[in-house]
Amino acid sequence: MPTLVSHPDEVKIISRRFGAGAADIEKYLELDGYKAVQMAIEKGAEWVINEMKISGLRGRGGAGFPTGLKWSFVPKQSEKPKYVLVNGDESEPGTCKDHVIFLHDPHSVIEGTMIAGLAIGAKMGFIYLRGEYRYLLKVVEKAVADAYAKGFLGKNIFGKEGVDFDIVTQTGAGAYEVGEESALMESLEGKRGVPRIKPPFPAVVGLYGGPTVINNAETIASAPHILLMGGEAYAKVGSERNGGTRLFGISGHVERPGVYELPMGYNLKKAIYEVAGGVKGGRKLKAVVPGGSSCPVLKADELDVGLDFDQMGKAGTMLGSGGIVVLDETVSIVEFALRTIKFYQHESCGWCIPCREGTDWLKKTLTRFYNGYGNKKDIANIQYLAENMMGRTFCPLGDAAAMPTLGFIKKFREEFEEYLEGHRTEKALITTEEMIGAAH
Amino acid sequence: MLTAEERREIEIKLADYPNKQAMSIESMLIVQRHRGWVSDESLGDLSELLGLSVADLDGVATFYNLIRRRPVGRHVAMVCDSVSCWIMGGERIRDRLCSRLDTTLGETTADGRFTLLPIVCLGACDHAPAMMIDGKLYEDLDEQRLDEVVARYK
Repeated sequence: MPTLVSHPDEVKIISRRFGAGAADIEKYLELDGYKAVQMAIEKGAEWVINEMKISGLRGRGGAGFPTGLKWSFVPKQSEKPKYVLVNGDESEPGTCKDHVIFLHDPHSVIEGTMIAGLAIGAKMGFIYLRGEYRYLLKVVEKAVADAYAKGFLGKNIFGKEGVDFDIVTQTGAGAYEVGEESALMESLEGKRGVPRIKPPFPAVVGLYGGPTVINNAETIASAPHILLMGGEAYAKVGSERNGGTRLFGISGHVERPGVYELPMGYNLKKAIYEVAGGVKGGRKLKAVVPGGSSCPVLKADELDVGLDFDQMGKAGTMLGSGGIVVLDETVSIVEFALRTIKFYQHESCGWCIPCREGTDWLKKTLTRFYNGYGNKKDIANIQYLAENMMGRTFCPLGDAAAMPTLGFIKKFREEFEEYLEGHRTEKALITTEEMIGAAH
Repeated sequence: MLTAEERREIEIKLADYPNKQAMSIESMLIVQRHRGWVSDESLGDLSELLGLSVADLDGVATFYNLIRRRPVGRHVAMVCDSVSCWIMGGERIRDRLCSRLDTTLGETTADGRFTLLPIVCLGACDHAPAMMIDGKLYEDLDEQRLDEVVARYK
Protein backbone atom coordinates (compact mmCIF):
# COMPACT_ATOMS: atom_id res chain seq x y z
CA MET A 1 0.00 0.00 0.00
CA PRO A 2 1.49 3.36 -0.98
CA THR A 3 2.34 5.72 1.81
CA LEU A 4 -0.07 8.55 2.50
CA VAL A 5 1.22 12.09 2.25
CA SER A 6 0.12 15.01 4.32
CA HIS A 7 0.45 18.80 4.47
CA PRO A 8 -0.79 21.36 7.04
CA ASP A 9 -2.81 23.25 4.41
CA GLU A 10 -4.98 20.24 3.78
CA VAL A 11 -8.59 20.30 4.95
CA LYS A 12 -9.42 16.68 5.59
CA ILE A 13 -13.04 15.95 4.89
CA ILE A 14 -13.12 13.11 2.36
CA SER A 15 -9.71 11.92 3.49
CA ARG A 16 -10.29 12.17 7.22
CA ARG A 17 -10.55 8.40 7.63
CA PHE A 18 -7.60 7.59 5.33
CA GLY A 19 -5.02 5.53 7.14
CA ALA A 20 -7.38 4.90 10.08
CA GLY A 21 -8.36 1.38 9.06
CA ALA A 22 -11.87 2.47 8.04
CA ALA A 23 -12.15 -0.28 5.43
CA ASP A 24 -13.16 -2.26 8.51
CA ILE A 25 -16.84 -1.62 9.16
CA GLU A 26 -16.45 -1.39 12.95
CA LYS A 27 -13.80 1.31 12.58
CA TYR A 28 -15.97 3.09 10.03
CA LEU A 29 -18.90 3.07 12.46
CA GLU A 30 -16.66 4.44 15.22
CA LEU A 31 -15.76 7.34 12.91
CA ASP A 32 -19.38 8.49 12.32
CA GLY A 33 -19.97 5.88 9.64
CA TYR A 34 -23.52 5.25 8.37
CA LYS A 35 -24.86 8.16 10.43
CA ALA A 36 -25.44 10.36 7.38
CA VAL A 37 -27.53 7.78 5.55
CA GLN A 38 -29.73 7.31 8.61
CA MET A 39 -30.23 11.08 8.75
CA ALA A 40 -31.17 10.94 5.08
CA ILE A 41 -33.74 8.20 5.70
CA GLU A 42 -35.21 10.19 8.56
CA LYS A 43 -35.32 13.60 6.88
CA GLY A 44 -36.21 12.52 3.37
CA ALA A 45 -35.16 13.02 -0.22
CA GLU A 46 -36.03 16.70 -0.47
CA TRP A 47 -33.82 17.55 2.49
CA VAL A 48 -30.92 15.56 1.00
CA ILE A 49 -31.14 17.23 -2.40
CA ASN A 50 -31.44 20.64 -0.77
CA GLU A 51 -28.33 20.08 1.38
CA MET A 52 -26.43 18.89 -1.68
CA LYS A 53 -27.49 21.98 -3.61
CA ILE A 54 -26.46 24.30 -0.76
CA SER A 55 -23.11 22.50 -0.46
CA GLY A 56 -22.10 23.69 -3.91
CA LEU A 57 -20.60 20.25 -4.63
CA ARG A 58 -19.74 19.92 -8.31
CA GLY A 59 -18.94 16.65 -10.08
CA ARG A 60 -15.43 15.48 -9.30
CA GLY A 61 -15.09 13.42 -12.45
CA GLY A 62 -14.15 16.52 -14.38
CA ALA A 63 -17.25 18.15 -15.81
CA GLY A 64 -18.06 20.02 -12.60
CA PHE A 65 -21.82 19.71 -12.89
CA PRO A 66 -23.65 20.60 -9.64
CA THR A 67 -24.47 17.30 -7.94
CA GLY A 68 -27.65 18.41 -6.16
CA LEU A 69 -29.07 19.67 -9.42
CA LYS A 70 -28.17 16.42 -11.19
CA TRP A 71 -30.02 14.43 -8.54
CA SER A 72 -33.06 16.70 -8.83
CA PHE A 73 -33.38 15.96 -12.58
CA VAL A 74 -34.44 12.37 -12.01
CA PRO A 75 -38.20 12.04 -12.46
CA LYS A 76 -40.05 11.21 -9.24
CA GLN A 77 -42.33 8.70 -10.93
CA SER A 78 -40.89 6.01 -13.12
CA GLU A 79 -42.24 2.73 -14.44
CA LYS A 80 -38.74 1.34 -14.74
CA PRO A 81 -36.44 0.90 -11.75
CA LYS A 82 -34.08 3.79 -11.03
CA TYR A 83 -30.37 3.30 -10.45
CA VAL A 84 -27.36 4.96 -8.91
CA LEU A 85 -24.14 4.31 -10.74
CA VAL A 86 -20.77 5.03 -9.20
CA ASN A 87 -18.11 5.76 -11.78
CA GLY A 88 -14.87 4.25 -10.55
CA ASP A 89 -13.35 4.15 -14.01
CA GLU A 90 -10.65 6.67 -13.10
CA SER A 91 -8.55 6.53 -16.27
CA GLU A 92 -7.46 10.02 -17.24
CA PRO A 93 -3.66 10.09 -17.18
CA GLY A 94 -2.49 12.10 -14.18
CA THR A 95 -5.56 11.17 -12.13
CA CYS A 96 -4.87 9.01 -9.11
CA LYS A 97 -7.40 9.93 -6.41
CA ASP A 98 -10.45 7.64 -6.57
CA HIS A 99 -8.54 4.43 -5.94
CA VAL A 100 -7.31 5.92 -2.66
CA ILE A 101 -10.92 6.34 -1.53
CA PHE A 102 -11.80 2.75 -2.46
CA LEU A 103 -8.72 1.50 -0.66
CA HIS A 104 -8.98 3.51 2.56
CA ASP A 105 -12.66 4.33 2.92
CA PRO A 106 -14.82 2.01 0.78
CA HIS A 107 -17.79 2.39 3.13
CA SER A 108 -17.99 6.11 2.35
CA VAL A 109 -18.64 5.16 -1.30
CA ILE A 110 -21.29 2.65 -0.21
CA GLU A 111 -22.93 5.15 2.13
CA GLY A 112 -22.83 7.87 -0.54
CA THR A 113 -24.43 5.51 -3.04
CA MET A 114 -27.25 4.81 -0.58
CA ILE A 115 -27.75 8.54 0.02
CA ALA A 116 -27.95 9.21 -3.71
CA GLY A 117 -30.40 6.32 -3.98
CA LEU A 118 -32.63 7.77 -1.29
CA ALA A 119 -32.49 11.17 -2.96
CA ILE A 120 -33.68 9.92 -6.34
CA GLY A 121 -35.87 7.05 -5.18
CA ALA A 122 -33.63 4.23 -6.40
CA LYS A 123 -33.37 0.89 -4.68
CA MET A 124 -30.27 -0.29 -6.41
CA GLY A 125 -26.76 0.98 -6.94
CA PHE A 126 -23.86 -0.23 -9.04
CA ILE A 127 -20.24 0.43 -8.18
CA TYR A 128 -18.11 0.13 -11.30
CA LEU A 129 -14.37 -0.25 -10.94
CA ARG A 130 -12.07 -0.07 -13.93
CA GLY A 131 -10.43 -3.36 -14.89
CA GLU A 132 -7.00 -2.16 -13.79
CA TYR A 133 -8.43 -1.66 -10.28
CA ARG A 134 -9.40 -5.28 -9.93
CA TYR A 135 -7.04 -5.44 -6.95
CA LEU A 136 -9.45 -3.12 -5.12
CA LEU A 137 -12.46 -5.30 -5.81
CA LYS A 138 -11.90 -7.53 -2.79
CA VAL A 139 -11.76 -4.46 -0.53
CA VAL A 140 -15.01 -3.09 -1.93
CA GLU A 141 -16.74 -6.48 -2.08
CA LYS A 142 -15.85 -7.14 1.55
CA ALA A 143 -17.20 -3.73 2.56
CA VAL A 144 -20.46 -4.42 0.70
CA ALA A 145 -20.76 -7.87 2.30
CA ASP A 146 -20.12 -6.40 5.77
CA ALA A 147 -22.80 -3.75 5.18
CA TYR A 148 -25.27 -6.49 4.19
CA ALA A 149 -24.35 -8.51 7.28
CA LYS A 150 -25.12 -5.50 9.49
CA GLY A 151 -28.51 -4.98 7.81
CA PHE A 152 -27.41 -1.67 6.26
CA LEU A 153 -28.02 -3.07 2.78
CA GLY A 154 -30.80 -5.35 1.57
CA LYS A 155 -34.42 -5.25 2.68
CA ASN A 156 -35.71 -3.01 5.48
CA ILE A 157 -32.33 -1.40 6.03
CA PHE A 158 -31.53 -0.08 9.51
CA GLY A 159 -34.71 -1.88 10.56
CA LYS A 160 -36.88 0.57 8.62
CA GLU A 161 -39.86 -1.16 7.09
CA GLY A 162 -40.04 -0.75 3.32
CA VAL A 163 -36.62 0.90 2.94
CA ASP A 164 -34.57 -1.32 0.62
CA PHE A 165 -31.25 -0.82 -1.05
CA ASP A 166 -28.95 -3.18 -2.89
CA ILE A 167 -25.45 -2.67 -4.24
CA VAL A 168 -23.69 -4.69 -6.92
CA THR A 169 -20.01 -4.25 -7.76
CA GLN A 170 -18.77 -4.80 -11.29
CA THR A 171 -15.44 -4.27 -12.97
CA GLY A 172 -14.57 -3.36 -16.52
CA ALA A 173 -11.66 -4.72 -18.48
CA GLY A 174 -9.64 -1.66 -19.40
CA ALA A 175 -11.10 1.15 -21.51
CA TYR A 176 -10.74 4.89 -20.94
CA GLU A 177 -13.87 5.53 -22.97
CA VAL A 178 -15.94 3.76 -20.34
CA GLY A 179 -15.39 6.72 -18.00
CA GLU A 180 -17.93 8.56 -20.17
CA GLU A 181 -21.30 8.05 -18.50
CA SER A 182 -23.26 6.52 -21.35
CA ALA A 183 -20.36 4.26 -22.38
CA LEU A 184 -20.15 3.21 -18.73
CA MET A 185 -23.76 2.05 -18.87
CA GLU A 186 -23.06 0.09 -22.06
CA SER A 187 -20.13 -1.59 -20.32
CA LEU A 188 -22.23 -2.45 -17.28
CA GLU A 189 -24.76 -4.04 -19.60
CA GLY A 190 -21.96 -6.20 -21.01
CA LYS A 191 -21.45 -4.43 -24.30
CA ARG A 192 -18.63 -2.62 -26.09
CA GLY A 193 -18.10 0.64 -24.25
CA VAL A 194 -19.25 3.11 -26.86
CA PRO A 195 -21.26 6.21 -25.99
CA ARG A 196 -25.00 6.54 -26.49
CA ILE A 197 -26.72 9.31 -28.39
CA LYS A 198 -28.09 12.02 -26.08
CA PRO A 199 -30.87 12.91 -25.52
CA PRO A 200 -32.35 11.02 -23.84
CA PHE A 201 -30.08 11.78 -20.91
CA PRO A 202 -29.33 9.10 -18.31
CA ALA A 203 -31.51 10.84 -15.72
CA VAL A 204 -34.48 9.91 -17.92
CA VAL A 205 -33.35 6.79 -19.83
CA GLY A 206 -30.21 5.26 -18.38
CA LEU A 207 -29.01 1.87 -17.25
CA TYR A 208 -31.34 -0.90 -18.50
CA GLY A 209 -33.62 1.89 -19.65
CA GLY A 210 -34.27 3.17 -16.13
CA PRO A 211 -33.60 6.70 -14.84
CA THR A 212 -30.01 6.72 -13.66
CA VAL A 213 -27.76 9.05 -11.73
CA ILE A 214 -24.09 8.60 -12.53
CA ASN A 215 -21.53 10.16 -10.24
CA ASN A 216 -17.79 9.98 -9.90
CA ALA A 217 -16.61 7.97 -6.88
CA GLU A 218 -15.23 11.07 -5.12
CA THR A 219 -18.49 12.95 -5.64
CA ILE A 220 -20.42 10.06 -4.11
CA ALA A 221 -17.97 9.72 -1.22
CA SER A 222 -18.42 13.43 -0.45
CA ALA A 223 -22.17 13.08 0.12
CA PRO A 224 -22.08 11.52 3.63
CA HIS A 225 -19.64 14.20 4.82
CA ILE A 226 -21.84 16.96 3.43
CA LEU A 227 -24.90 15.68 5.28
CA LEU A 228 -22.90 15.27 8.51
CA MET A 229 -21.40 18.77 8.50
CA GLY A 230 -24.28 20.47 6.71
CA GLY A 231 -24.32 21.84 3.19
CA GLU A 232 -23.63 25.37 4.32
CA ALA A 233 -20.53 24.53 6.34
CA TYR A 234 -19.22 22.44 3.45
CA ALA A 235 -19.77 25.24 0.94
CA LYS A 236 -17.84 27.67 3.16
CA VAL A 237 -14.69 25.55 2.96
CA GLY A 238 -14.44 26.15 -0.77
CA SER A 239 -14.56 29.16 -3.05
CA GLU A 240 -17.45 30.96 -4.71
CA ARG A 241 -19.79 28.52 -6.53
CA ASN A 242 -17.26 25.75 -5.79
CA GLY A 243 -18.15 24.14 -2.50
CA GLY A 244 -15.88 22.08 -0.31
CA THR A 245 -12.61 20.34 -0.93
CA ARG A 246 -11.33 17.90 -3.46
CA LEU A 247 -8.57 15.36 -3.76
CA PHE A 248 -5.72 16.53 -5.97
CA GLY A 249 -3.25 14.02 -7.31
CA ILE A 250 0.04 15.79 -7.82
CA SER A 251 2.50 13.85 -9.97
CA GLY A 252 5.53 14.37 -12.17
CA HIS A 253 8.57 16.39 -11.22
CA VAL A 254 7.77 17.42 -7.66
CA GLU A 255 9.53 16.61 -4.41
CA ARG A 256 6.49 15.12 -2.66
CA PRO A 257 4.05 13.65 -5.18
CA GLY A 258 0.81 12.34 -3.75
CA VAL A 259 -2.89 12.80 -3.21
CA TYR A 260 -3.77 15.89 -1.14
CA GLU A 261 -7.16 17.17 -0.07
CA LEU A 262 -7.25 20.92 -0.59
CA PRO A 263 -10.07 23.44 -0.41
CA MET A 264 -11.56 24.39 -3.76
CA GLY A 265 -9.94 27.60 -4.95
CA TYR A 266 -6.55 26.78 -3.39
CA ASN A 267 -3.73 28.45 -5.28
CA LEU A 268 -2.12 26.16 -7.89
CA LYS A 269 1.33 27.63 -7.41
CA LYS A 270 1.16 26.98 -3.67
CA ALA A 271 -0.09 23.46 -4.31
CA ILE A 272 3.01 22.75 -6.36
CA TYR A 273 5.66 24.71 -4.44
CA GLU A 274 4.45 24.30 -0.87
CA VAL A 275 2.13 21.31 -0.65
CA ALA A 276 4.06 19.10 -3.07
CA GLY A 277 7.42 20.55 -2.06
CA GLY A 278 8.37 22.28 -5.31
CA VAL A 279 10.14 21.04 -8.40
CA LYS A 280 12.21 17.91 -7.93
CA GLY A 281 15.92 18.41 -7.58
CA GLY A 282 15.58 22.20 -7.64
CA ARG A 283 15.20 22.22 -11.40
CA LYS A 284 13.15 24.82 -13.24
CA LEU A 285 9.46 24.32 -13.82
CA LYS A 286 8.49 24.34 -17.46
CA ALA A 287 4.79 23.60 -17.61
CA VAL A 288 1.84 22.18 -15.68
CA VAL A 289 -1.02 20.07 -16.96
CA PRO A 290 -3.48 21.01 -14.25
CA GLY A 291 -6.39 18.57 -14.28
CA GLY A 292 -5.59 15.36 -16.08
CA SER A 293 -4.04 15.03 -19.52
CA SER A 294 -7.02 16.47 -21.40
CA CYS A 295 -6.57 19.94 -19.84
CA PRO A 296 -4.71 22.63 -21.77
CA VAL A 297 -1.21 23.22 -20.42
CA LEU A 298 -0.20 26.20 -18.27
CA LYS A 299 3.22 27.85 -18.47
CA ALA A 300 5.40 28.56 -15.46
CA ASP A 301 4.21 32.17 -15.25
CA GLU A 302 0.50 31.23 -15.35
CA LEU A 303 0.28 29.30 -12.11
CA ASP A 304 -1.04 32.03 -9.82
CA VAL A 305 -4.61 30.80 -10.16
CA GLY A 306 -7.20 29.24 -7.86
CA LEU A 307 -7.97 25.55 -8.24
CA ASP A 308 -11.69 25.64 -8.91
CA PHE A 309 -13.84 25.08 -11.97
CA ASP A 310 -14.45 28.77 -12.68
CA GLN A 311 -11.00 30.20 -12.03
CA MET A 312 -9.33 27.47 -14.08
CA GLY A 313 -11.82 28.10 -16.88
CA LYS A 314 -10.91 31.78 -16.84
CA ALA A 315 -7.25 30.83 -17.05
CA GLY A 316 -8.03 29.04 -20.31
CA THR A 317 -7.80 25.53 -18.97
CA MET A 318 -9.83 23.18 -16.77
CA LEU A 319 -9.89 21.81 -13.24
CA GLY A 320 -10.78 18.45 -14.78
CA SER A 321 -10.23 15.38 -12.65
CA GLY A 322 -7.77 17.00 -10.25
CA GLY A 323 -4.65 15.36 -11.64
CA ILE A 324 -1.86 17.93 -11.61
CA VAL A 325 1.14 16.86 -13.70
CA VAL A 326 4.26 18.97 -13.22
CA LEU A 327 6.85 19.10 -16.01
CA ASP A 328 10.37 20.35 -15.41
CA GLU A 329 12.69 21.97 -17.94
CA THR A 330 13.99 18.63 -19.23
CA VAL A 331 10.67 17.63 -20.81
CA SER A 332 10.20 18.10 -24.56
CA ILE A 333 6.73 19.55 -25.10
CA VAL A 334 6.56 18.07 -28.59
CA GLU A 335 7.19 14.62 -27.19
CA PHE A 336 4.78 15.22 -24.33
CA ALA A 337 2.11 16.25 -26.84
CA LEU A 338 2.77 13.10 -28.83
CA ARG A 339 2.58 10.93 -25.70
CA THR A 340 -0.69 12.57 -24.78
CA ILE A 341 -2.28 12.06 -28.20
CA LYS A 342 -0.98 8.50 -28.35
CA PHE A 343 -3.14 7.75 -25.31
CA TYR A 344 -6.30 9.26 -26.79
CA GLN A 345 -5.71 7.63 -30.16
CA HIS A 346 -5.39 4.25 -28.52
CA GLU A 347 -8.40 4.78 -26.28
CA SER A 348 -10.74 6.32 -28.86
CA CYS A 349 -13.60 3.84 -29.05
CA GLY A 350 -13.86 4.26 -32.82
CA TRP A 351 -17.58 4.92 -32.75
CA CYS A 352 -17.51 8.32 -34.42
CA ILE A 353 -15.27 9.48 -37.21
CA PRO A 354 -13.96 12.88 -36.05
CA CYS A 355 -12.45 11.23 -32.97
CA ARG A 356 -11.31 7.96 -34.50
CA GLU A 357 -9.70 9.55 -37.55
CA GLY A 358 -8.80 12.80 -35.86
CA THR A 359 -6.79 11.22 -33.06
CA ASP A 360 -5.11 8.89 -35.53
CA TRP A 361 -4.05 11.68 -37.86
CA LEU A 362 -2.94 13.81 -34.97
CA LYS A 363 -0.76 10.96 -33.79
CA LYS A 364 0.63 10.34 -37.27
CA THR A 365 1.36 13.99 -37.88
CA LEU A 366 2.91 14.52 -34.46
CA THR A 367 5.01 11.36 -34.83
CA ARG A 368 6.34 12.52 -38.21
CA PHE A 369 6.97 15.90 -36.69
CA TYR A 370 8.72 14.46 -33.66
CA ASN A 371 10.88 12.26 -35.83
CA GLY A 372 12.19 15.26 -37.67
CA TYR A 373 10.25 14.97 -40.89
CA GLY A 374 7.75 17.72 -40.21
CA ASN A 375 7.20 20.48 -42.72
CA LYS A 376 6.01 24.04 -42.33
CA LYS A 377 2.38 23.15 -42.95
CA ASP A 378 2.30 20.59 -40.17
CA ILE A 379 1.72 22.99 -37.30
CA ALA A 380 -1.26 24.44 -39.12
CA ASN A 381 -2.40 20.93 -40.07
CA ILE A 382 -2.35 19.81 -36.45
CA GLN A 383 -4.35 22.87 -35.42
CA TYR A 384 -6.82 22.39 -38.26
CA LEU A 385 -7.38 18.76 -37.32
CA ALA A 386 -7.81 19.50 -33.64
CA GLU A 387 -10.17 22.41 -34.24
CA ASN A 388 -12.32 20.22 -36.46
CA MET A 389 -12.65 17.57 -33.78
CA MET A 390 -13.84 19.99 -31.13
CA GLY A 391 -17.56 19.68 -30.43
CA ARG A 392 -18.10 17.27 -33.33
CA THR A 393 -17.96 13.96 -31.50
CA PHE A 394 -20.54 11.87 -29.65
CA CYS A 395 -18.71 12.19 -26.38
CA PRO A 396 -16.01 14.43 -24.92
CA LEU A 397 -13.11 12.11 -25.84
CA GLY A 398 -12.58 14.02 -29.08
CA ASP A 399 -12.38 17.29 -27.19
CA ALA A 400 -10.14 15.68 -24.59
CA ALA A 401 -7.65 14.89 -27.34
CA ALA A 402 -7.96 18.16 -29.25
CA MET A 403 -7.84 20.62 -26.34
CA PRO A 404 -4.43 19.74 -24.93
CA THR A 405 -2.95 19.52 -28.43
CA LEU A 406 -4.13 23.02 -29.26
CA GLY A 407 -2.85 24.19 -25.88
CA PHE A 408 0.64 22.80 -26.44
CA ILE A 409 0.93 24.58 -29.79
CA LYS A 410 -0.51 27.82 -28.48
CA LYS A 411 1.78 27.97 -25.46
CA PHE A 412 4.93 26.36 -26.83
CA ARG A 413 4.80 27.15 -30.53
CA GLU A 414 8.50 27.97 -30.62
CA GLU A 415 9.33 24.44 -29.51
CA PHE A 416 7.28 23.03 -32.36
CA GLU A 417 9.05 25.40 -34.75
CA GLU A 418 12.45 24.21 -33.52
CA TYR A 419 11.53 20.76 -34.77
CA LEU A 420 11.21 22.14 -38.27
CA GLU A 421 14.81 23.33 -38.41
CA GLY A 422 16.19 20.00 -39.52
CA HIS A 423 15.65 18.59 -36.04
CA ARG A 424 16.58 14.94 -35.74
CA THR A 425 15.80 13.03 -32.62
CA GLU A 426 18.29 10.51 -31.31
CA LYS A 427 15.57 8.59 -29.57
CA ALA A 428 13.85 5.64 -31.15
CA LEU A 429 10.65 6.13 -33.07
CA ILE A 430 7.44 5.50 -31.26
CA THR A 431 6.32 2.65 -33.42
CA THR A 432 2.94 1.23 -34.16
CA GLU A 433 4.23 -2.11 -32.83
CA GLU A 434 3.81 -0.76 -29.32
CA MET A 435 0.19 -0.09 -30.06
CA ILE A 436 -0.28 -3.56 -31.56
CA GLY A 437 1.13 -4.95 -28.34
CA ALA A 438 -1.60 -3.23 -26.39
CA ALA A 439 -4.27 -4.97 -28.44
CA HIS A 440 -2.60 -8.31 -27.78
CA MET B 1 -14.98 -27.02 -22.90
CA LEU B 2 -15.33 -24.88 -19.84
CA THR B 3 -14.06 -26.61 -16.74
CA ALA B 4 -16.45 -27.33 -13.89
CA GLU B 5 -14.66 -24.66 -11.83
CA GLU B 6 -15.02 -21.99 -14.55
CA ARG B 7 -18.67 -22.84 -15.00
CA ARG B 8 -19.26 -22.72 -11.25
CA GLU B 9 -17.58 -19.29 -10.89
CA ILE B 10 -19.63 -17.89 -13.76
CA GLU B 11 -22.88 -19.26 -12.35
CA ILE B 12 -22.19 -17.79 -8.89
CA LYS B 13 -21.60 -14.36 -10.44
CA LEU B 14 -24.65 -14.66 -12.69
CA ALA B 15 -26.86 -14.60 -9.62
CA ASP B 16 -25.69 -11.02 -8.91
CA TYR B 17 -26.07 -9.75 -12.45
CA PRO B 18 -29.31 -8.40 -13.90
CA ASN B 19 -29.05 -10.56 -17.01
CA LYS B 20 -26.73 -12.89 -18.89
CA GLN B 21 -25.42 -10.28 -21.30
CA ALA B 22 -24.15 -8.16 -18.41
CA MET B 23 -21.88 -11.12 -17.58
CA SER B 24 -20.04 -11.02 -20.91
CA ILE B 25 -16.98 -9.15 -19.62
CA GLU B 26 -16.82 -10.92 -16.28
CA SER B 27 -17.24 -14.38 -17.80
CA MET B 28 -14.32 -13.80 -20.15
CA LEU B 29 -12.21 -12.50 -17.27
CA ILE B 30 -13.03 -15.68 -15.33
CA VAL B 31 -11.89 -17.89 -18.21
CA GLN B 32 -8.80 -15.73 -18.59
CA ARG B 33 -7.88 -16.06 -14.92
CA HIS B 34 -7.78 -19.82 -15.40
CA ARG B 35 -6.16 -20.01 -18.83
CA GLY B 36 -4.37 -16.70 -19.31
CA TRP B 37 -6.37 -15.86 -22.42
CA VAL B 38 -9.69 -16.39 -24.19
CA SER B 39 -9.53 -18.80 -27.13
CA ASP B 40 -12.01 -19.16 -30.00
CA GLU B 41 -13.15 -22.36 -28.37
CA SER B 42 -13.81 -20.59 -25.06
CA LEU B 43 -15.79 -17.91 -26.88
CA GLY B 44 -17.94 -20.64 -28.36
CA ASP B 45 -18.49 -22.21 -24.94
CA LEU B 46 -19.40 -18.87 -23.37
CA SER B 47 -21.68 -18.10 -26.29
CA GLU B 48 -23.66 -21.23 -25.50
CA LEU B 49 -23.69 -20.64 -21.77
CA LEU B 50 -24.77 -17.00 -21.97
CA GLY B 51 -26.97 -17.19 -25.06
CA LEU B 52 -24.94 -14.49 -26.83
CA SER B 53 -23.46 -14.67 -30.31
CA VAL B 54 -19.77 -15.34 -30.70
CA ALA B 55 -19.52 -12.12 -32.70
CA ASP B 56 -20.97 -10.10 -29.83
CA LEU B 57 -18.57 -11.69 -27.38
CA ASP B 58 -15.59 -11.18 -29.66
CA GLY B 59 -16.66 -7.56 -30.14
CA VAL B 60 -16.53 -7.09 -26.39
CA ALA B 61 -13.27 -9.05 -26.06
CA THR B 62 -11.47 -6.91 -28.62
CA PHE B 63 -12.82 -3.64 -27.23
CA TYR B 64 -11.28 -3.96 -23.78
CA ASN B 65 -7.53 -3.76 -23.23
CA LEU B 66 -7.40 -6.43 -20.55
CA ILE B 67 -9.14 -9.26 -22.39
CA ARG B 68 -6.55 -11.22 -24.30
CA ARG B 69 -7.31 -13.19 -27.44
CA ARG B 70 -3.80 -14.62 -27.81
CA PRO B 71 -1.94 -17.02 -25.52
CA VAL B 72 0.35 -15.48 -22.93
CA GLY B 73 3.20 -16.62 -20.72
CA ARG B 74 2.88 -17.74 -17.11
CA HIS B 75 2.99 -14.11 -15.99
CA VAL B 76 1.83 -10.95 -17.69
CA ALA B 77 3.69 -7.72 -16.97
CA MET B 78 2.04 -4.49 -18.08
CA VAL B 79 4.17 -1.37 -18.16
CA CYS B 80 2.41 1.99 -17.91
CA ASP B 81 3.27 4.25 -20.82
CA SER B 82 1.17 7.30 -20.06
CA VAL B 83 2.49 10.78 -19.38
CA SER B 84 3.27 10.77 -15.66
CA CYS B 85 5.13 7.48 -15.83
CA TRP B 86 6.90 8.56 -18.99
CA ILE B 87 8.31 11.77 -17.53
CA MET B 88 9.37 9.87 -14.41
CA GLY B 89 11.48 7.37 -16.33
CA GLY B 90 8.94 4.80 -17.51
CA GLU B 91 10.95 4.14 -20.66
CA ARG B 92 14.00 3.20 -18.64
CA ILE B 93 11.93 0.68 -16.73
CA ARG B 94 10.42 -0.68 -19.94
CA ASP B 95 13.84 -1.03 -21.60
CA ARG B 96 15.34 -2.70 -18.56
CA LEU B 97 12.47 -5.16 -18.40
CA CYS B 98 12.76 -5.97 -22.09
CA SER B 99 16.51 -6.48 -21.95
CA ARG B 100 16.44 -8.51 -18.74
CA LEU B 101 13.83 -10.84 -20.16
CA ASP B 102 15.27 -10.68 -23.66
CA THR B 103 11.98 -9.89 -25.34
CA THR B 104 9.93 -6.90 -26.47
CA LEU B 105 6.54 -5.43 -25.69
CA GLY B 106 3.76 -7.54 -27.16
CA GLU B 107 5.88 -10.70 -26.99
CA THR B 108 6.37 -13.68 -24.71
CA THR B 109 9.76 -14.90 -23.49
CA ALA B 110 11.09 -18.04 -25.14
CA ASP B 111 10.69 -20.00 -21.89
CA GLY B 112 7.04 -18.93 -21.58
CA ARG B 113 7.71 -17.15 -18.28
CA PHE B 114 6.59 -13.62 -19.10
CA THR B 115 4.47 -11.75 -21.60
CA LEU B 116 5.20 -8.02 -21.73
CA LEU B 117 2.53 -5.53 -22.68
CA PRO B 118 2.19 -1.77 -22.60
CA ILE B 119 -0.78 -0.42 -20.68
CA VAL B 120 -2.39 2.99 -20.59
CA CYS B 121 -2.49 4.79 -17.26
CA LEU B 122 -2.67 2.55 -14.17
CA GLY B 123 -3.85 5.41 -11.95
CA ALA B 124 -0.62 5.34 -9.95
CA CYS B 125 0.66 8.68 -11.29
CA ASP B 126 1.87 9.93 -7.91
CA HIS B 127 4.00 6.80 -7.56
CA ALA B 128 5.40 6.69 -11.09
CA PRO B 129 6.81 4.78 -12.81
CA ALA B 130 4.43 1.91 -12.29
CA MET B 131 3.69 -1.51 -13.71
CA MET B 132 1.35 -4.36 -13.02
CA ILE B 133 2.21 -8.05 -12.90
CA ASP B 134 -0.67 -10.54 -12.86
CA GLY B 135 -2.98 -7.83 -11.53
CA LYS B 136 -0.64 -6.72 -8.74
CA LEU B 137 0.47 -3.09 -8.85
CA TYR B 138 4.13 -2.14 -8.41
CA GLU B 139 4.94 1.53 -7.90
CA ASP B 140 7.94 3.85 -7.49
CA LEU B 141 10.05 1.59 -9.67
CA ASP B 142 13.72 2.00 -10.30
CA GLU B 143 16.06 -0.50 -11.90
CA GLN B 144 16.93 -2.22 -8.64
CA ARG B 145 13.34 -2.56 -7.46
CA LEU B 146 12.29 -3.77 -10.90
CA ASP B 147 14.89 -6.54 -10.74
CA GLU B 148 13.72 -7.57 -7.29
CA VAL B 149 10.08 -7.65 -8.35
CA VAL B 150 10.70 -9.60 -11.55
CA ALA B 151 12.75 -12.20 -9.67
CA ARG B 152 9.67 -13.07 -7.59
CA TYR B 153 7.90 -14.46 -10.65
CA LYS B 154 9.26 -17.83 -11.73
